[in-house]
Formats: sequence, structure tokens, C-alpha cells
Amino acid sequence: MVAIKGFIKDFGWPRIIIGLFLLALFVAAPFFGVRVDTSLNDVLVRFGMNAIMVLSMVPMIQSGCGLNFGIPVGLIAGMIGAVVSLEFNLVGLAGIVVAFIVGIALAAIFGFLYGLLLNRVKGDEMIIATYVGFSFVFFMNMMWLILPFKNPSSVQGFKGEGLRVTISVEDYWYHVISDFLKIDVSKYLIIPTGMILFFAFMAFLVWGFFKTKTGTAITAVGSNPDYARASGISIDKMRIVSVMLSTMLAAIGMIVYQQSFGFVQMYNSPLAFSFPTVAAVLLGGASVNKASILNVIIGTFLFQGILTMTPSVINSAINIDVSEIIRIIVSNGMIVYALTRKAR
Amino acid sequence: MNYDKNKLGKMMTGSVVPLMFLIISVIAIPLSQFTGVYLMDQIVTRLVRNSFLVLSLLLPIMAGMGINFGMVLGAMAGQIGLVFITDWGIKGAPGLLLAAVVATPIAIILGYFAGIVLNRAKGREMITSMMLSLFIAGIYQFFLLYLCGSIIPFKSAGMLLSRGYGVRNALDLGVAKGFDNLLKINIGGVGIPVGTFLIIALICFFTIWFRNTKLGHDMRAVGLGMGVSDSAGIAVEKTRIQSIVISTVLACYGQIIYLQNIGTLNTYNGADQAALFAAAALLVGGATVARATIPNAIIGTALFHLMFIVMPMAGKYITGQAMIGEYFRMFISYGVVTLALILHSWKRQKDKDMDRLSFRIDAAKPASK
Repeated sequence: MVAIKGFIKDFGWPRIIIGLFLLALFVAAPFFGVRVDTSLNDVLVRFGMNAIMVLSMVPMIQSGCGLNFGIPVGLIAGMIGAVVSLEFNLVGLAGIVVAFIVGIALAAIFGFLYGLLLNRVKGDEMIIATYVGFSFVFFMNMMWLILPFKNPSSVQGFKGEGLRVTISVEDYWYHVISDFLKIDVSKYLIIPTGMILFFAFMAFLVWGFFKTKTGTAITAVGSNPDYARASGISIDKMRIVSVMLSTMLAAIGMIVYQQSFGFVQMYNSPLAFSFPTVAAVLLGGASVNKASILNVIIGTFLFQGILTMTPSVINSAINIDVSEIIRIIVSNGMIVYALTRKAR
Repeated sequence: MNYDKNKLGKMMTGSVVPLMFLIISVIAIPLSQFTGVYLMDQIVTRLVRNSFLVLSLLLPIMAGMGINFGMVLGAMAGQIGLVFITDWGIKGAPGLLLAAVVATPIAIILGYFAGIVLNRAKGREMITSMMLSLFIAGIYQFFLLYLCGSIIPFKSAGMLLSRGYGVRNALDLGVAKGFDNLLKINIGGVGIPVGTFLIIALICFFTIWFRNTKLGHDMRAVGLGMGVSDSAGIAVEKTRIQSIVISTVLACYGQIIYLQNIGTLNTYNGADQAALFAAAALLVGGATVARATIPNAIIGTALFHLMFIVMPMAGKYITGQAMIGEYFRMFISYGVVTLALILHSWKRQKDKDMDRLSFRIDAAKPASK
């Protein structure tokens, strides 16, 4: 009994409730004519698409910068990488590699500036990050219209200038990572091995990074700044490194998302990612100042599971589309819950 | 020298934002090719619409809780009131008053809930209040989309979606201009709704009066320092909850006034941007996250909306693309809130560093003797 209580306390009520809910959805699915393998396929694909973005939360949470509501900054770097790669008309592996290089390079610059800013506003990072993300999206909206992109498949057809709202990558680097070593289990279940391997690789890099000297220093800054200062760690520098890392991971995550989705979504699309991504890592058991790779995996799986299963199962069960509202309540409720918990 | 620099810095942060906006607007007005009368008329309209909402932000700032992004809760309560009034078919000013009566208890409950939540998130009230408003927006949608018309009976079927339950996305309000048409006068082509302005004046007097009550003093003390107030015997948590409850109720009335001026209710996302625009207007008026006055609110509303009207047209005439102006004003709205938050937080951090430095110098002095 004590063991169960301890387990519940460790695992947390929200996760248990959502986990059971998800399990119930999977069990109920066949009774309402929803194919389990299709659902599983959707969950796996969405997991692969979103996991790296959720992973990008980890460095900033670890360094004490809080939840990265400013993830649009990194996502935009990824979007620029993608459109620049399209501009060069690069196809296949070359295309996505160039997108990665440009995206990561820009993310490093953005991340550095963003980190400098966040160092000036210690204690208020989260609200400021949210608004920095929002303002940056609208600033870039103007840029998407002004910047001289030329590729006919990415600019608006009738004017020949200004980027489209959604740009198809079908002819360029669609599913380059997803289809790597893919396993066709059945017609409805194709395991996107490449995407999952890529996530595993990224997660391994992050895990490895936190085992290095710099990584340990970042964790020290996050868990006890005074102690870190006393042991001669430059707090500001470590925070900037973590913010840069987060931003770069977000850029990579965005490109992986795009190649699987088949479209580069421009303009306001990054806004749709900030709260769900934060909610996912919290759902996985992270708190405002502590997160691990395991949190990312559990969280993304649970969150994307709910997102895919609720529309199909609940809608066929009671013919009411409550999935959108469930998503709003679960994701935002999770964030409120995490924010109201005592720090440490 | 140091003192002078501080004073200058304070003056700069106090007036740099309004001045910047004034300059942007002055440049953009001729470019937008609007006439003076049209602009005056628009500004009066915007003042009527928005200043009450902006004023509702003042009390939580006084209580040291920053900008209450959770004012959206109040706005949603106000909208629920209006939905019911429209269903009951009560028109004009009495309808608005009844809507306020219906909405007040909802606003009080939501405000109380918000207060409790924010007390558990001290030091990060702003982000928590923002997330809370998004969370409650989900419940609000659930209430209007699934409960209204199914569990809660509605008289007028025309308000419901074709499937038989759930309120329609846009509602024409029967109570439109209910307050505006009381005592409306016209000066040189500019219609001035004196009735609404009187209500706004009333809330200004209420705020001034409230500041000098016992509770008002307590709030200010809590805003200056929670620890000190606690040892002085002020119930800190209770005072903070009260400030949020009052703010939420005022925001609820503010949204009712806003919507009676507009005349149509955008049921599901009408309240989303309320907090952003109110916060931006207040900050444009020279308020900071820690200090805001009534003139800040009124001047800010006028300036912010002047820019808001002028910018899209100016942008269209300069670049030939209407969307640029549209994005620019969204960028400015978010940007000004970002900038104000950054300036405030940066200043607080510098003050803290300076305190630590002077403490170290003080501590080092006796040792060096």
C-alpha cells in the first residue's frame, strides 16, 4: 500500500488520470469501429513529429530559465532554414541537410540574443518569453511578405512575391527522414523508424551533453544558482548556452515536423506550438525547474495520444466533437497546475 | 551623479513609450489620408469602448500582482451575461444592467478562483493568469457549445446552432448602444456618448476613492512588500484575492460596455485579445508593471487606438500591401507589452544588484578601518 502511494506520489495524479484515459480510449476504440492500427500509426507519426520540439524544453528548464514559451523563436529559425533550402531548389537529403544547417545556424544566433535578453529578466522569463515569441512571429510575418523569395512553389502565385501560407515540400524533401528504414506492418500501420531513430539520436545527444562538464554546470545553475556561483560557474554564460541549445533543438524539431507533414506552414503557425509543447513536457512529469528525457518521451506520447484518440473515438462514440475543447482544457490546465506547484 | 542618472532613467521609462507612440502616430496620420473629424470620431468611439477594460487592470497592479491577464475571465463572464440577456430579449440600457447583474456572480466566482490560483503562484502571477485565462476559455467554450440549449434551456432558437444546441458563433446584440444612446450629443460631426463617459468617470472616481479606503491602503502595502505587510498584520493572501475579484468584476462590466458599443458578440473568441489590447493600451500610456494611474489608462487607450486605426492604412499606402500594416499593428501591440515587461524586469534586477553592491560596500567598510 505504501509502495502504491509512493508510486502515485512520484508519478503524479494528472499523469495517472490521463494515462488511464488514454488506455480506456485504446480499449474502447475497436467497439466504435476505430481501427487500432490506424490509431497506433497516427500516434507514432505524431510522436515523431513533435518529440524533438518537446525535447527542446529540457535545456532551458534545467538551467532555471523556466518553461520555454518562447519556442516560436526557434521554430522560426527552422522555418527560415526550410524556405532557404527550397529557394536553392535542393531535393532529397541535400535539401533537408541544408535546411538543418541554415536553421541551426540561425537558431544559434537567435538563441544567443534571446539568451542575452532572458539574462536581463531573471525571474520573469516565462511571461516575457511568451510575449517575445508572439512579437517575433508578427515581426517575421512582415518579413515573409517583404523578403525577396523567388521559388515559384513558395511565393504567392498571383503576385509572385511574399511567401504562401502553406508551402508544399512534396517535390523537395517530403518524408526524407520519416521513410528512412520504415517498416510496413500493415496497410494502416507504417512505423516511421527514421523519425524515431532521429529523435533517439537527438535525445542521446542531449543526454550526453548533460553528462559533460558544461551540462553538469547548467544543471547546477538551474537547481541552485547561489551554489553554482560559489563554485565559480558563470551563471549568465550557462543560461545562454542552454537557451541556444533549446532554440537550436526547436529549429531541428520544426524541420522534422515539416518533412513529415509535407508542408511548411508560415505566418502564425508557430503560435500554435508554444502551449501544446510546454503542456506535453509537463504531462510527462517535468516541473517548472526539472525535466528529463524520460519526461519528454512519456509526455509526448500521452499528449499526442490524447490528441489523436479523442477525435476518432469520442466522436464515433457520442457524435459530439469535444476533442478540441478537451485539448484546450488538458493542455492549459496542465500548465496552470505546474505553475501553481511550489518550486522545488 | 548616480541619483541624477536614476531620476533621468525613471523619467525616460515613464514617458519614452507614450512619446514613441505619439511620434509614430504623427508620422502615420498624414500617410493614412484620414480626415481629422473621422479620427476624432474614431478615438472617441475607442475611448468609450476600451477605457473601462483598461481601468480594470489598475487594482492588481497596485497590489503588486502585475498585469492581470486573467481579466479575460471577467470578460467571459460579461459575455455569458449578454448571451442570456439576448436570449431573454431584453433591450436597451435595462438589458445591459440586467446582463451585469447576471454576470457579476459569475465574475466573482471566477475572480475568487483566479485569486486562489495566483496565491499559489507568487512571483509568476502574470504567466499564471494568462494560462488560467486560456484554461477557463476551454470551459467557457464547453459551457456555450454543449450545455447551452441542451441542459440550459434557450427561448430563441435563432441563437442556437442548426444542430439544436450550442450558441451561434456571432450574435447580434439587442442591447447594442444601450448606454451610448443615453445623452448622446454631437459636436462638429463627432458623436459623443455622454452616458457611457459618465459610467467611465464613475469608475475613475471609484478607483480614486478606493485607494484611500483601508482595503486600498492594504493593497498598496501588499504591493510594496508581502513580507512586511504580513508582519504588519495585513491578511496578504486575502487582500490579493480581493484585488483580483474586483478587477475581474470590473473587466466583466468593461466587456459589457465594449460589446454594447460594437453591437455584435463574437461568441467564442471575442474575449481572447481583450487582455492583450488592454495591457498594451495601459503600457502605451506610460504605466509600468508596478505602477499605473488613471491618466496612464486614458491617454494610453487614446494613443494606442489612434495607432491602431492609422497603421493599416498607412502601411497600405506605403507598401501597397494591406497585410503589412495589419501585421505591424499586431507586432506593435505585442511588442509594446514585451518591451514594458522587459524594462520593468530589467530595472528590478538592476535595483537588486545595486542593493547587493551597496550592502557589500557597507559590510566591507568597517573591516577596512
